[in-house]
Amino acid sequence: MTISSAVPRWIVVIAATGAVFVLLPIVAMTTRVDWAQFFPLISSPASRDALLLSLRTSLAATAVCVVLGVPMSLVLARTTFPGQRVVRALVLLPLVLPPVIGGIALLAAYGRMGVLGQTFQVLGIQIAFSTTAVVLAQSFVALPFLVLSLEGALRIAGTRYEAVAATLGASPSTVLWRVTMPLVVPAILSGAVLSFARALGEFGATLTFAGSLQGVTRTLPLEIYLQRETDPDAAVALALVLVVVSLLVVGLTLRTSGIARRSAL
Amino acid sequence: MTGLAFHATVAARRFDLALDVPEGATVAILGPNGAGKSTLLELVAGLLRPDTGAAEWNGVPFFGPDVWLPPHRRGVALLAQEALLFPHLTVLENVAFGPRSAGQARATSRETALRWLEEVEAAELAAKRPGELSGGQAQRVAIARALAADPALLLLDEPLAALDIAVTPTLRRMLRRVLAGRTAIVVTHEVLDALTLADRVVVLGRGGVVEQGDTREVLERPRHPFTAELAGLNLLLGRVVEGGIETAVGRVSAESTLIVGARGGAAVRPSAITVHATEPDARPGLNVARAEVSDVEPRGDVIRVRSAGLFADLTPAQAAALDLVPGSVAWFSFAADDVSLYGL
Amino acid sequence: MKKIAIAAVAIGVVLGAAACSSPTPAASPSPNTTTDSLSGSITVFGAASLTTTFTAVAADFEKLHPKVTIATSFAGSADLVTQITAGAPADVFASADTKNMDKLTSASLIQGTPVNFATNVLEIAVPPSNPANIKDFADLAKPGVTTVICAPAVPCGAATVTIEKATGVTLTPVSEETAVTDVLGKVSSGEADAGLVYVTDVTGAGSAVKGITFADSSKAINTYPIAALKASATPKVAQAFIDYVTGKVGQKVLADAGFGKP
Repeated sequence: MTISSAVPRWIVVIAATGAVFVLLPIVAMTTRVDWAQFFPLISSPASRDALLLSLRTSLAATAVCVVLGVPMSLVLARTTFPGQRVVRALVLLPLVLPPVIGGIALLAAYGRMGVLGQTFQVLGIQIAFSTTAVVLAQSFVALPFLVLSLEGALRIAGTRYEAVAATLGASPSTVLWRVTMPLVVPAILSGAVLSFARALGEFGATLTFAGSLQGVTRTLPLEIYLQRETDPDAAVALALVLVVVSLLVVGLTLRTSGIARRSAL
Repeated sequence: MTGLAFHATVAARRFDLALDVPEGATVAILGPNGAGKSTLLELVAGLLRPDTGAAEWNGVPFFGPDVWLPPHRRGVALLAQEALLFPHLTVLENVAFGPRSAGQARATSRETALRWLEEVEAAELAAKRPGELSGGQAQRVAIARALAADPALLLLDEPLAALDIAVTPTLRRMLRRVLAGRTAIVVTHEVLDALTLADRVVVLGRGGVVEQGDTREVLERPRHPFTAELAGLNLLLGRVVEGGIETAVGRVSAESTLIVGARGGAAVRPSAITVHATEPDARPGLNVARAEVSDVEPRGDVIRVRSAGLFADLTPAQAAALDLVPGSVAWFSFAADDVSLYGL
Repeated sequence: MKKIAIAAVAIGVVLGAAACSSPTPAASPSPNTTTDSLSGSITVFGAASLTTTFTAVAADFEKLHPKVTIATSFAGSADLVTQITAGAPADVFASADTKNMDKLTSASLIQGTPVNFATNVLEIAVPPSNPANIKDFADLAKPGVTTVICAPAVPCGAATVTIEKATGVTLTPVSEETAVTDVLGKVSSGEADAGLVYVTDVTGAGSAVKGITFADSSKAINTYPIAALKASATPKVAQAFIDYVTGKVGQKVLADAGFGKP
């Protein structure tokens, strides 16, 4: 590693310590895995159901985050309206809220006894204890990641290109699709990755709002939590699976967004 | 009236301007930074809303007390100092952007784009990406892109300012060719741009329009010291006398057909003035003024020596030989033949 | 970190509910001159369902022996076993079932033999208005009833399975929670029509839920053992506390909370 003269050596030492602090628990976890039992443990029906459910719901939640988050970022970054700062703070609230509190809040809104609960019952929609509830909980906690990431990128990108496009005769929708969006694809991608990772690891809000039933609402983190009661080996094995899946997703998408960024220039 | 009729105020920018641009004419807006040149273009393009005012093009209102036409419906193309080519599209796709936004099919848009690229002599760049172009190349493509959108009115905001001095002459000539017959407003602080590209010029000072009129007329015979300064000319104002004009620096002799007693102006190019360290011998037809040097400023490959009433451009060798500093006394001399005298 | 948050909420819910119906305090203990010399501090790890009772018992014990301080920690029994195995400093461990205590016994971490000090059986909990009109265990399996139970991997879930087998009624719950407090939470918030929790949970929840006992609950009895840990630095105080829990005063506190006799 070349240490540029701009970084003092003691900074590198502290940085390395920080890296060890984060990596050591993950590495230590791999030493706890009973490798002989690994595949049977992670391929049990309960584990498979949990993993597939996690992937399905996280993908759905990421899609929700993109569909809702992109317009939100655009409005926050490119318009001004009274109370904007307050709205932004509220939108980013799930970032700092303990997930269980998020679950309680979701119940208060969409639960059977919640604000919209009666309306949903009349319409025949049952949200609680369903896979939909899992996607809702995951979207709730993951949305701020996309909004934050994209809003920052939109601010930095500025509106010069959009202004030029308008003078060339492009309607606002055309400007959005042909100019604004292509220029922030890397930010959308990295925001979506963050959202996906957050949704994948979501636990507290899911447990409180959606419950825990194999194949329906018991995502991988919930399965790990349950396995800890009886079979810590299975729990560690599944935890390792979660870590690997997360690493794959993050690694793959950083590569894709890097390629997208290079080709945009 | 055909063309653009415009008047508007923007209090926050201390902008208050009325302007008419006849259809088919190119008008240059000449002025220093902060005078409101960019504000004018933003207002006409629709990128800024005025506090008060109204503008219309051939009877179609752009903005007014109860009306606002968004930029994409005005048919006004804006070319800025930076080319601002869309980085994620190829050169051809960039130029085709206008036609495509108007609803043309991809194939026809590309044909149009290619034609305009040929017009600006940049057809070989079609497949390249903006990041691969030089400043001059990018500006060419930007011009093609603006014209391909078939605008009714073209706005150019200091189009050559950011370019390498080596490429500006070529680009200036090309601009002159494509602007012929088009209605355009060119904002610039370069006199050469105004002279090359514009039929009319509007001189803009901090407080508003200083003077306006035919380009050559205004820039060769300015009526206002401000304009003269912009045009790089010495202007001495005064009363016409027999064989010359009485000015603040003294009596200036010049060929005159003006009525004695009228107000007049004498314009002298700074390159026509010689500076002496000691008083030169008097000669008929030679004007001499004694003055204290106020500033010596290098300007590219000339040295401008300023005094209260006159400034002269010297070669570096001449300036070095004189060894002038602010405060030293010098004599500025110029031939009567080099004076352009006109009534005000 | 999330587990702590859940435990905190769970404790909060239970303590909050318990505020409505705190267990009757035992007769004010008077300092016994022979045990007054008892001094030291112990840490008691107790199953989550023992939170209210053991907090009260610990406070009484401290009053009786002014030179003794007791720190308590409540969580799921399996969690506590994991912590103790990893070296957490506990002197006394009270488990919600014998299975978890056996884990420590086979790891040779227990001093002496565990003593059973209470039993717990399941009870049906419904929201106060009983919207699904539940009357007995079989009603939980009726179509359209939203039932929440513990997952089979945890003690209250294992008891549920036993009762299902004994009665021949198979439940189709909408959720299988990992902690009985989460089951209680879903019932008291009105999200579920019914849940299977411990008798002590219903007592502790006060007016937040309505309890419905059922005869077959005696088919699945959870026995609670308590033991001192070998690694304890104050074995005398630990043993004294255990004796207190199994003694008359401790037993009354447990009985008042709904626990059964060991």
